[in-house]
Amino acid sequence: MIKVTPKVKNILVPTVSIIAGFLVGALIMLAWSYNPIEAYSSMFSSALGNMNGIGETIREATPLIFIAVGFAIASKAGFFNIGLPGQAQAGWLTSIWIVLAFPKLPGYILLPFAIISGAIAGAIVAGIAGYLRAQFGTNEVITTIMLNYIVLYVCQYLMQQVMPASLRIGTDTTKTISPNGSLKIGWLSTMFGDSRINGGIFLALIGLVLYWYFMKKTTAGFEIKAVGLNSFASRYAGMSSKKNIIISMLISGAFAGLGGVAQGLGTYQNYFTQTSSVDIGWDGLSVALLGGGTAWGILIAAILFSVLKIGGLGMQTIAGIPYEIVSIVIAAIIFFIAINYVIGKIFKTKTNKSKYHIPTRKEKGPNNGVDGPGKKVIEGSTN
Amino acid sequence: MNFITIMALIVSSTLVYSAPLILTSLGGVYSENSGIVNIGLEGIMTIGAFAAIVFNLTFAPSMGSLTPWVGALIGGIAGLIFSILHAVATINFHADHIISGTVLNIMAPPLGVFLIKALYDKGQTENITANFGYFSFPGLSGIPVIGPIFFKNTSAPAWIAIILAIFMWWLLYKTRFGLRLRSCGENPQAADTMGINVYKMRYIGVLTSGFMGGLGGAIFAEAIAGNFSISTIVGQGFMALAAVIFGKWNPIGAMLSSLFFGFAQSLSIIGNQLPVISNVPAVYMQIAPYVLTIIVLVLFLGKSVAPAADGVNYIKSK
Amino acid sequence: MTTEKTNAIEMRHIVKKFGDFKANDDINLTLHQGEILALLGENGAGKSTLMRILSGLLEPTSGEIFVKGKKVEINSPTKAKELGIGMVHQHFMLMESFTVLENIILGHEPTNGVALDIKKAREQILKLSEKYGLAIDPDAQISNITVAQQQRVEILKVLYRGADILIFDEPTAVLTPQEITEFIQIIKNLAKEGKSIILITHKLSEIKAVADQVTIIRRGRDVGTFEVANVDDNRLAELMVGHHVNMKLNKKSVKLGREILKVENLKVKNTRGSFAVKKLSLNIHGGEILGLAGIDGNGQDELVEAITGLRHVNSGKVIINNQNMTNKKVRQITEAGVAHIPADRQKYGLILNLPLAENLVLQTYYKQPYSKHGIINHQAIYEHAEELIKKYDIRTTSAELPASDLSGGNQQKAIIARELDRNSDLIIAFQPTRGLDVGAIEYIHKQLLAERDAGKAVLLVSYELDEIMQLSDRIAVLHDGKISGEVKPEDTNDTELGLLMTGIKKEGAVND
Repeated sequence: MIKVTPKVKNILVPTVSIIAGFLVGALIMLAWSYNPIEAYSSMFSSALGNMNGIGETIREATPLIFIAVGFAIASKAGFFNIGLPGQAQAGWLTSIWIVLAFPKLPGYILLPFAIISGAIAGAIVAGIAGYLRAQFGTNEVITTIMLNYIVLYVCQYLMQQVMPASLRIGTDTTKTISPNGSLKIGWLSTMFGDSRINGGIFLALIGLVLYWYFMKKTTAGFEIKAVGLNSFASRYAGMSSKKNIIISMLISGAFAGLGGVAQGLGTYQNYFTQTSSVDIGWDGLSVALLGGGTAWGILIAAILFSVLKIGGLGMQTIAGIPYEIVSIVIAAIIFFIAINYVIGKIFKTKTNKSKYHIPTRKEKGPNNGVDGPGKKVIEGSTN
Repeated sequence: MNFITIMALIVSSTLVYSAPLILTSLGGVYSENSGIVNIGLEGIMTIGAFAAIVFNLTFAPSMGSLTPWVGALIGGIAGLIFSILHAVATINFHADHIISGTVLNIMAPPLGVFLIKALYDKGQTENITANFGYFSFPGLSGIPVIGPIFFKNTSAPAWIAIILAIFMWWLLYKTRFGLRLRSCGENPQAADTMGINVYKMRYIGVLTSGFMGGLGGAIFAEAIAGNFSISTIVGQGFMALAAVIFGKWNPIGAMLSSLFFGFAQSLSIIGNQLPVISNVPAVYMQIAPYVLTIIVLVLFLGKSVAPAADGVNYIKSK
Repeated sequence: MTTEKTNAIEMRHIVKKFGDFKANDDINLTLHQGEILALLGENGAGKSTLMRILSGLLEPTSGEIFVKGKKVEINSPTKAKELGIGMVHQHFMLMESFTVLENIILGHEPTNGVALDIKKAREQILKLSEKYGLAIDPDAQISNITVAQQQRVEILKVLYRGADILIFDEPTAVLTPQEITEFIQIIKNLAKEGKSIILITHKLSEIKAVADQVTIIRRGRDVGTFEVANVDDNRLAELMVGHHVNMKLNKKSVKLGREILKVENLKVKNTRGSFAVKKLSLNIHGGEILGLAGIDGNGQDELVEAITGLRHVNSGKVIINNQNMTNKKVRQITEAGVAHIPADRQKYGLILNLPLAENLVLQTYYKQPYSKHGIINHQAIYEHAEELIKKYDIRTTSAELPASDLSGGNQQKAIIARELDRNSDLIIAFQPTRGLDVGAIEYIHKQLLAERDAGKAVLLVSYELDEIMQLSDRIAVLHDGKISGEVKPEDTNDTELGLLMTGIKKEGAVND
């Protein structure tokens, strides 16, 4: 065992998880006679070795930051919002539709209008799940999964049947949005080798800071945290769990919707029919799980994730290794983070008195802790 | 179209779409009754589908009509092996069940496609030739009215799944093994004091869900999809998970919920062949199963009662 | 007293360490065949640890165990079972959704081939239940039977496994005086039938009533074993605590103030939807402690939750400080001057993963100086925490540490500090000393008395009769959702209270 302080441990455990995830990827590559060193070097060089790669990496990270923040807020309130893809999709279609429908509006009105509408669309989708949970106690994992499919088909229907044909080219793709409703910034794209990097990244960073400030400094954030950690005690203390459930799901959905907006107004400049839940939803979920819910964690995780994703494309071209290895590495990293209890065992913290792992999820029944041996360790110094 | 043909069409397509859901949800029921939440059913089905298709493509020439059946079994075994990840993470390493299950879901599709690319050098497989066709029960299919509707040109895997559901209900509620399995999901600490090996029972629960989910995925691939690609299993596992909850963690309940979902799914597919329904816009039929699931959950389940210690890690102190 | 006794259990020099802490430090214990040995000690003295070692749930760091004269290693509950050792836990180890029968046979199920043989199991259980006088319904679901019945299930579980050495961990904590009398009869029967019994307790009267020998443990060390017939209560209490104990509290007489809480014809439903509080009325004035006695599950939870706004009131009124607060929000009631020390401190009282300092402002965080316009002022929160830590003597290294790092006693002190410091007129203390050691209990009792002396109204809800008797100015007894009687502590005794707790009213009861 290696002795470290708790702070260092908080950094070391994810670092070890990331390294272990890359090792799993390497082992799989070796098993199929691919060269992992060539793979990883081509991955990093194509993601970070030139301005276009860096621009694309940042572009990839933009929606993921939004969506991961969305997941993190819901999870602070004790919710597993697995409906991110649907919420992002709703935001994406809405924002594109607004821009296409009002091409004459000046940019300073159109852009905020489209962005806010996208956020609201995401919030509505998530709000349904939040409301059902608050009002009827309906399991949000199931409702958000179901909502993903509902949104998937409804968006397809709306675009193909409801959207005026004049806004579309063919049945599966909308027209490209006008520049006054786009998040593209000319000089920025030029600076990063004509990549699809866009102004969304600034919004995402602002969102990240707001998230940090909200959770850390506001009473509303404190309430969400309290409800998520212990709904019984927060009710006892006079907080309304219903209100907080709904608020956290609305904010969560709004951020997920913004992820979709960044994808639409930033990356693609249009909307096209999706055959399955949008991938940025799942990728954002991965980023949130990697980042562990802190603002810094999300930022770093989103960058790492994007390096893997963008670099993976280069790796496939240069080294001829299937792109999917990237997703396997990501899943493996999340796996190692999930079992941090074991990885944490490698490092012994200097000040930690109690070595007994206390499960935090769904602690059952009254337990005053007087019987557990772990408590007695501290009891010794009481009287 | 007369009544019997319409009914036969509805019943047989319901059964075809239900079979994978029944099998997978039965696995989910066992896992959750042992105390381990398994939202990784989707990923497990993906791996089962992958293994079955690869097996089917490889052995169809030599094994003939037996291929899909052996392929299903191979899919089950692959699912079982894949689920070990979830078992180790949750039982031994105290991982959050939802996160660990999500890892299975994130991991399975790229793993399947990676291996497909490594094996066949392309992103999706050929269509299989030896699939589960339609099956007519000798004797039973001759019964007037009932025979053609239920037993003629029907899905053999579905009937096996239904029989399995009844068997697994009996196993869970009427045997020593079932009592012990449920005790681990109800109060693992108490089960431990009664000399029951909680870790072992939970392993059995999770691995059962791995096998059944793999089987379900394999049957979906060999009876419905016909090949393997990144989008072979999209949502089937989540539907099965909903069936577990909808069925109140009971094998018979899960089977009935799966039949309901299968019915709803098949309606959206065969709907245009049916009078009345063919006039309904497609989007309503497409979202019907999902909307109905939510409505039913809200109306009839509310705060659904999972096994008391479902999702609670048990750590033995020494 | 026989001359030569066989030893059912002999534990020698048992040491159990958790990290650097010795929960058991060189303990010796001998249980004779067919006798009842009491194991006496405070909460946290190490009794439960010792018994968990004996029942195979924990492994000792060092020491030897002999069962029926043979040296053994008890490394699993299965092994303990093989040796004929069975434990009846304090917190029942039952499957709530299972039937009595399923609970009893679990792990030892009779089968006919593969399926469970329910018929055979039922016969066996009924035979046992008759032999030892343990009446139960094998097909009832655990969640539907009383605590005393659940205890019988626990005993049957152990007997069903053929145990002849039985360990009871604080068995009477949850029983009424009448049920305790019954229970004492049951274990006497068991001993007569040749079972050897260890009784973990801190109630001296029970030891006197049933035990042959008593082994006393203090802070993990064994203080000695005595013949019960040869020691008196005071000596036992002294040995247990380590110093002379004064069991009486000094109560000043205080002039009653105005009426602070008035509950009128209150009707409240429980979670299952049936009425748990049935037209209940009571009132409390400033400067008095009203003790609410009663058996767990007679409507205490629902009553307290209804008063504090956590549960919907179906009819009747809750009047606090002359204001009608019926069905008002928790926060409104808190602000109207109610402090609430909840029964389950880890579930309701604290958010264990939040820092102590934030737990100390759980009801006031939205007010100045802790926040302004929705923005939190962390400095003010921490200054407040430092003040309370000093004033209420909460032992912690830092207010930044999560509440889970505090010991049970200090967690309770933190809750009491938070609740009392708000200077509320009504203090509701629900099982305020549950599971705490003598020092902490004494501290909390003094705090509650001080509040009373300062003119506050105190509603003390407790299942511990001793606590009710010591602190209360008036005692109301709750039975089946109604007040079955009201008495003065100086005019009553355990027997009368026990009768009231089971709903039997005495002549001329004061209140209804």
